[in-house]
Amino acid sequence: MNSTDPIIELKGVNKWFGTHHVLCDVDLSVRRGERLVICGPSGSGKSTLIRCINRLEEHDEGVIRVDGMDLNEATENINAIRREVGMVFQHFNLFPHLTVLENCTLPQIRVRGTPRAEAQAKAMEYLRRVRIPEQATKFPSQLSGGQQQRVAIARSLCMEPKVMLFDEPTSALDPEMIKEVLDVIIDLAQSGMTMLCVTHEMGFARKVADTVVFMDAGRIVEKAPPLELFGNPQSERTKLFLSQILSH
Amino acid sequence: MTESTIQPSAGRSRRSARSRWALGWLDGVLLLCVAAALTYLVSRAGSVFQYRWNWSGIWPYIVRFDEASGRWVANLLLDGLFTTFRLAVWGILLAGVIGVVMGLARTSKRLLFRLIGGGYVMLIRNIPPIVFVFVFVYFIASQILPPQAIANWVQGLPVFWQGVATVLFGPVRLIDNFFLGLICLSVFSGAYVTEIVRGGIQSVPGSQIEAGHSLGLSRLDILRFIVLPQAWRNVLPPMAGQFIQLIKDSSLVSMVSIQELTFSAQDVQVTTQRVFEVLVLVAVVYFVICLTLSRLFARLERNHARALH
Repeated sequence: MNSTDPIIELKGVNKWFGTHHVLCDVDLSVRRGERLVICGPSGSGKSTLIRCINRLEEHDEGVIRVDGMDLNEATENINAIRREVGMVFQHFNLFPHLTVLENCTLPQIRVRGTPRAEAQAKAMEYLRRVRIPEQATKFPSQLSGGQQQRVAIARSLCMEPKVMLFDEPTSALDPEMIKEVLDVIIDLAQSGMTMLCVTHEMGFARKVADTVVFMDAGRIVEKAPPLELFGNPQSERTKLFLSQILSH
Repeated sequence: MTESTIQPSAGRSRRSARSRWALGWLDGVLLLCVAAALTYLVSRAGSVFQYRWNWSGIWPYIVRFDEASGRWVANLLLDGLFTTFRLAVWGILLAGVIGVVMGLARTSKRLLFRLIGGGYVMLIRNIPPIVFVFVFVYFIASQILPPQAIANWVQGLPVFWQGVATVLFGPVRLIDNFFLGLICLSVFSGAYVTEIVRGGIQSVPGSQIEAGHSLGLSRLDILRFIVLPQAWRNVLPPMAGQFIQLIKDSSLVSMVSIQELTFSAQDVQVTTQRVFEVLVLVAVVYFVICLTLSRLFARLERNHARALH
């Protein structure tokens, strides 16, 4: 497949929560290997947008296509897409009754049918990559927030996804833990993973993003490379937002 | 500097550890009040209530010596206790199964399942247990079940399996009666277990289910590996209470002639006229069974907590 083909395509996507119009005519396409950062004020639909991509939310109108599969089609597609799309949540969402290692092996065994020993080997490989192999036998509640989030990243990577979605991965962390998590994500970005990341970390966006998308009130207001978007924002709304978050 | 900051907190924790087990002057006053009330009650009872305790008459109703076979055999009270045990064990299993199935139905995405689960719980919870027992046995079960159907079937089995059935479900001639009582008790108790299971399932945050979905796990796998194990932990304490309740409620089926402990006790009361001795004995037996079970559950909870932290 051509590497310039979009791996994710959204066309005319609309979604309502009751009467609230959360996504308005969103068009977006993401290339293989592209690193996209989505920013914007809270309530602007950033999280909803990426949650539509793996069907944690259902969109009401429009087309969402992931790796050639259409999310409007039958339910088998949903599971096929979820196998290819990893997600990291703001609040980690590790399974508290399983050890770190079991958190990483359960999905491999149940979804991919990987034999246990192989799944454990792969889990350890990714736990090393997020730099916490020594915590494998602990339970999530015994880890710090930063460590838990790194486990969550490893858990997703164990499924060998083609795309990673990050939903404010550092927003629930203490300041001194943000860096350890961002470092892991930066590593991953440099390895060529396609990723969509909702974040307020502008330094991070500047450093890793190929493209930054600014959303407001359910619409994509602006989409540009970070230098352009931060240096020379076109819309008034973007300027206002950036001046507010960058002013201190 | 460091010492002065550490010592007060160390002192506080020592004091609080001691105060959990120590009695203060207020406790002393309370104990005196309780002792005074009890003394008054006993002296009142002594002057008003003339009763000669005589325990010797009831022992033969626990075990008796059978002249014909030359052996000691279980008599009414012990037989009743065995039936209570059988009701308890099978009742807990059956009520547990009903509760899990109905609890899942109540949390299902399908409206029909929710209606079935909800209707069941609504029906049972709003009828007094004793009324339910009568309605169920006389009005429903006796119209549907042919009399002695199970007993006839068991009697057609090889002798070995008849023996197994007797151990598991009691004497063959009473087996239909036993099942009637068992089903009645389980259906009744199952409604409360259903609510506990529903609460347990709903106590697992939606974000856990989302995480499962995002990893591509099927809905069944999410239920099996993520929701139910976490629900189980939350459900353990109320479930213990419900199972102890089930054992106590098993005395209700004595009202429809199922010959468990309470029923046998009434028999023995009538025969021996030793009403209070039998009542006290039966109360102690129920107390011991229920206390044992609650201790078992407490240990299970502790083990569970230790496994997690």
